[in-house]
Amino acid sequence: MDVDVLFKIAGIGIVISILSKVLDEAGRKEQAQMTTLVGVVIVLMMVIQLISRLFDNVKSMFHLY
Amino acid sequence: MEIIQIVGIGLMAAVFVVLLREERPEMALQISIIAGTIVFLLMLNKIASALSLLQNMAARANIDFIFLNTILKIIGIAYVAEFGAQICRDAGSSSIATKIEFAAKIIIMLLSIPILMAVLELLLKILP
Repeated sequence: MDVDVLFKIAGIGIVISILSKVLDEAGRKEQAQMTTLVGVVIVLMMVIQLISRLFDNVKSMFHLY
Repeated sequence: MEIIQIVGIGLMAAVFVVLLREERPEMALQISIIAGTIVFLLMLNKIASALSLLQNMAARANIDFIFLNTILKIIGIAYVAEFGAQICRDAGSSSIATKIEFAAKIIIMLLSIPILMAVLELLLKILP
């Protein structure tokens, strides 16, 4: 089901924020930044897939070619 | 009772957005995008059946298909532009949202020119 994506993204966000906080506390600022970047990219991939599905559906439904 | 499902999805998405807003604002934005997309995908079948009913009625009333297709295109463009503009406004960049709306208005105006010309030609035919 599509709703899984929502939970997935929320979970990734929470985990990434905790990880980056821990890495920040441990004095590894650059790795924390990298973790944040990777999380954003992973989530962006999911979002882009779903958005392309949405746009394809809108295109085929409203005859926008 | 699909409305309960959709309200549940919306409430959950709102809770997640509030939870993530201060830590990860970009993830909160993406969650709101996903929520909007999911709600539209859930409504897809109903919109399709409504549109097919509309097309049936237009075919029965002998309306030219160009007009109905133009209206459908305008509805689709308006929906997509509104979707993008709302997300940009949520993200705090309302200037980009205004530009998206501007582009949508221009495209809709271009699409509606054939209908306008048809009306004008009809008017010219009626007038002596």
